Amino acid sequence: MASRSTKIWLGIFFALFIAFLYGPMLTIFVLSFQGPQGGLTFPMNGFSTHWFQTLWEGMGVVDIGRAFRRSIALGLVVMVITVVLGLMAGLAFRKPFKGSGALFYITVASLIVPSIVVSLGVALQFRLMDEALKAFGQKHEIEWIVQEFTTTMGLFSSGMGAQLTWTLPFGLLIMFAVFNRFDPSYEEAARDLGAGPWATFREAVLPIIAPSLVGVALFGFTLSYDELARSSQAIGGLNTLPLELRGLTTTVTDPSIYALGTLTTAVSFVVIAISLLVAWLIRRRRLGHGSDAGKGLV
Amino acid sequence: MSIKNRAVPYLLAAPYALVFAFFFLIPLILVVVVSFWDYTEYSIIPDFITTNYTDAFYGCISKLPELCTAFATYISTFKFVFLTWILTLIIGFAVAYYLAFCINTLSIQIALFLLCTIPFWTSNVIRMISWIPLLGRNGLVNQTLQSLGLTTEPVDWLLYSGFSVTLAFVHLYTLFMVVPIFNSMMRIDRSVLEAAYDAGASGWQTLWNVIIPLCKPGIAIGSIFVITIVMGDFITIGVMGGQQIASIGKIIQVEMSYLQFPSAAANAVILLALTLLIIVAMTRIVDVRREL
Repeated sequence: MASRSTKIWLGIFFALFIAFLYGPMLTIFVLSFQGPQGGLTFPMNGFSTHWFQTLWEGMGVVDIGRAFRRSIALGLVVMVITVVLGLMAGLAFRKPFKGSGALFYITVASLIVPSIVVSLGVALQFRLMDEALKAFGQKHEIEWIVQEFTTTMGLFSSGMGAQLTWTLPFGLLIMFAVFNRFDPSYEEAARDLGAGPWATFREAVLPIIAPSLVGVALFGFTLSYDELARSSQAIGGLNTLPLELRGLTTTVTDPSIYALGTLTTAVSFVVIAISLLVAWLIRRRRLGHGSDAGKGLV
Repeated sequence: MSIKNRAVPYLLAAPYALVFAFFFLIPLILVVVVSFWDYTEYSIIPDFITTNYTDAFYGCISKLPELCTAFATYISTFKFVFLTWILTLIIGFAVAYYLAFCINTLSIQIALFLLCTIPFWTSNVIRMISWIPLLGRNGLVNQTLQSLGLTTEPVDWLLYSGFSVTLAFVHLYTLFMVVPIFNSMMRIDRSVLEAAYDAGASGWQTLWNVIIPLCKPGIAIGSIFVITIVMGDFITIGVMGGQQIASIGKIIQVEMSYLQFPSAAANAVILLALTLLIIVAMTRIVDVRREL
């Protein structure tokens, strides 16, 4: 085991690493309360919520409020899909089936193929679909295609799909970890008591893995909410918040961008806190219900 | 088993598989196909030509020994890959080691592990921007250096440079090393370490001959993550390099913005091939699936 002095040195190193992780975040948090005359760097020129007000009134051409709502909406949809499809696939993978090996490799491949390649592919696919659809509309003289149709690309089509190739693999890998540690005797007990497959799942499996599903939901939402590389080329006309933010880094030269950073980070922290709290509550409730020892029940 | 029961796993996996077929496999095939197409300023034309590939390396052979833009870009990207890999590996290993072997209480271990992972769930762009007030010309670091009298002029290479790009990579992606290495370390049977100690191994010998070999899978998984992310990056290099530093990912992005899709696709295929080569080399060392 590690000697005393190693422990101390590594402890210092670990503390420095934490400072390295959180320090810069802390500086923009402090600087977002910069006074109205203050600039992008220290020193603080007074203390105010001026830059949050600037943000509230809108930053020039970019409608931050809309981008923010779009990101939240997309994050929620991606979260639900990630949890449901990840759970279903996780259940399927508990026993080997034909093609399970291939599906596993596709999952891993999706994590390690560079994001720009996925983004390019999805963009190409939807572009070609648009062209095919337009050609089809013109050939058969379908009026609404000729008159109104512009593109199939969008937040909840190509953008969502590109993000799912990033969130779903995390969902499935977490389900693997969960089911590798899952004790099947609970299911056997449920079956012995006469429960069918659906009842076994609902009454025995689901309550046990519920805290992990909260974890999958957390991954699904935050990975989508902060996602940039995969959706960058495939989002269509309307940008999400991270994409707008990246644009703002080159144009905005006052602390309002820090105020925005503080706000989005606050949203992330709230989501993380809610997830941890929910997972903790589920676990506590289960412990409370798990045993009726000493309760005097017949 | 009845036919109905046998269909269950397929029905359960089908939606998941369909998402990947439609948003991952078909797009990847299209990238390969379109990389052989022709294009004009406003459209792409089905064809079978290889000029997109030869154009990617235009003049590279005739110019030797001088480096053409493409080779210079690849070398610059590889430099970031290597620097980021080695730094995240060393830092990630030390952090994981501390968590796994120096903390004996499980609840503290979980708490510190969460402390390391929380930034992963926040925005990467914000985490990049947060270096600006520290590293800029009038940033905290320059202010400190000047007030200490170490420099008279502000240091320029701190921000929008190779340095800030590498720093941001390490800042963003060390976690990808910490998690799998920590996972490997937690599986090491503590009695193995005690046996090494009883057999008279020094701390370094135990580290080198016992712990590191047993952590190989974690190291490989973390390395694959970090290397593939940095290989295809265009956002961190863009934001932290002040849009001045080239990378393979950036070439693709720029070509796409000019609607030169076939050319972008050819570069994407090259990038993909290089990435896969590295991964195949890594998976030779370790069976990834066994580690979950």
